[in-house]
Amino acid sequence: MSLHIEDPRIVEFDVQTDEMLVNMGPQHPSTHGVLRLLLRTDGEIVHECTPHIGYLHRCAEKIGENLSPPQYIPYTDRMDYLAAMNMNLGFALAVEKLIGMEVPEKAVHLRVLIAEIGRIASHLVGMGTYGLDLGTFSPFLYAFREREIILDLFEEVCGARLTYSYITIGGATHDLPDEIEMPDGLASLIGKHKGERLPFLDVIEIFLQWLELRIREYHTLLTRNMIFISRTAGLGILSPEMAVSYGCTGPVLRGSGVDFDLRRDGEAIYTRMYKGYDFEVPVAPFKEAPREVALGDNWCRFYVRMMEVVQAIRLVRQAIPKYKAASGSYREPFKMNTKLPKDEVYLETEAPRGQMGFYVVGNGEGNPLRLRAKSSCFCNVSVTDQICQGVPLADIPAIVGSLDIVMGEIDR
Amino acid sequence: MDIQSIHSILLERFGESVVGTQTFKAIDPWIQVSAASIGEVCTFLRDDPRLLFNHLNDLCGVDYLEPDAKKAAKFGHEPHVEVVYHLSSLKQRHQLKLKVVVPRWKDNVEGQLPVVPSLSAVFGIANWHEREAYDLMGIHFEGHPNLRRILCPEDWIGHPMRKDYAFPLEYHGVRGR
Repeated sequence: MSLHIEDPRIVEFDVQTDEMLVNMGPQHPSTHGVLRLLLRTDGEIVHECTPHIGYLHRCAEKIGENLSPPQYIPYTDRMDYLAAMNMNLGFALAVEKLIGMEVPEKAVHLRVLIAEIGRIASHLVGMGTYGLDLGTFSPFLYAFREREIILDLFEEVCGARLTYSYITIGGATHDLPDEIEMPDGLASLIGKHKGERLPFLDVIEIFLQWLELRIREYHTLLTRNMIFISRTAGLGILSPEMAVSYGCTGPVLRGSGVDFDLRRDGEAIYTRMYKGYDFEVPVAPFKEAPREVALGDNWCRFYVRMMEVVQAIRLVRQAIPKYKAASGSYREPFKMNTKLPKDEVYLETEAPRGQMGFYVVGNGEGNPLRLRAKSSCFCNVSVTDQICQGVPLADIPAIVGSLDIVMGEIDR
Repeated sequence: MDIQSIHSILLERFGESVVGTQTFKAIDPWIQVSAASIGEVCTFLRDDPRLLFNHLNDLCGVDYLEPDAKKAAKFGHEPHVEVVYHLSSLKQRHQLKLKVVVPRWKDNVEGQLPVVPSLSAVFGIANWHEREAYDLMGIHFEGHPNLRRILCPEDWIGHPMRKDYAFPLEYHGVRGR
């Protein structure tokens, strides 16, 4: 006769152990930086999970009050340092909206091209480190092989590999290079000899062709992997109502089945950039999902990111001819003595991790009166307590990892 | 829906004393709400089928003060603190900015934090945003379940985003200035 248990928690009550407080972090490797989770556990089961943040707080908003907008661009790099291009873009657009600046057509397509490659680079880290959280090391190596090439390309564009400060107010600091030496990593992967000089946009196309084929590999490595599915499917379920109430944005929101993407539904100054581009917004539930998957679980959030990489490749492909055909300069000059008008703007853009908002209050001087950076990860991590209740301790890294947080952005 | 029609709906429901007689013109126009009724106004905005403002994008405080006496004449604002709410509707695809204006210190006694009702029962995320506004700007949110510092250490003194904030000389033996 088999023993049938109505509610598995009853068994836990029978053999109740003492509650224990466990500090996970701030130096724990699977909390993505310096997030500290205070767990109240009963044996293996977590009853309460309180995130403590602020270990990386630099008061970036206060610094912004003492700097003019172009000087502040490097500080936005250091917020979400895995997608610095998108942070630059968000802040530049907010200031442009405040001073009423029009950006030339060429700069618009350049920005789309760069921002979408930045999105690919960011989601590759999200995928690789999520594998690490779940205990598989190989996807991380694959992801960083690809990211390395993107960093090489960005290095050719602006000279930096992590904190670019490339997209600036009025456009970008430089135009894209005409011709570059093929990056070593890409040359060895596709069997070309090193040092060959090619037009920059052709190198991007070669890279995209190569990356597109790799996405199937990632699906074999993670998405369709039995162990991966059993670690992610049906776990950390975030209902759409809760996601909206807790201000979750980006892949976390779309993984919960809410169809909202600022590139399509945002303010005119931002959606105008993507006008004429053809792209889809991946939203859960997915037809191709395995049976075990529930709406709003870890697997959905992960899969939204993977699908966004596919869409980003599409967008970059469309941006290349548009950039080639566009007229005008890569930059509208920004006068250093520009006074910010007595007005205020709030603008959100779709960064890889969610909606990054900048609120700039001008007061007739060069420096803003108030500069507020609303972080998307800040909102996303606030929901941890709600979705981590009643799960085993070993699933905490899987749930927190699926939110794909960057502490530099949360603590600012 | 544009801000004028939202304002007329609010005016009809709450009256002039709560939402003012008109909207404020700016690049993003706003509605000024009286501090005591911000909770009711936001609940109404969230639940009314015409409006459905279900998403709180941002909540932050702004300190209007010019600490430099020479520049104060040109500053153009009376000293005060504003709490700015950015709401949007994911269904109706419109957005709204609300402002609550409070004095810099309650009853003009320095050190007494101004009081604004908490929105944490209306929007889940308001909990953390209000903790941040309390921590950095020094606004007391009445009815908040857990109003503790979030970014600064718990034993930090003062509210760093205030314009007249002086950086401490030392913190646990670490030199500040």
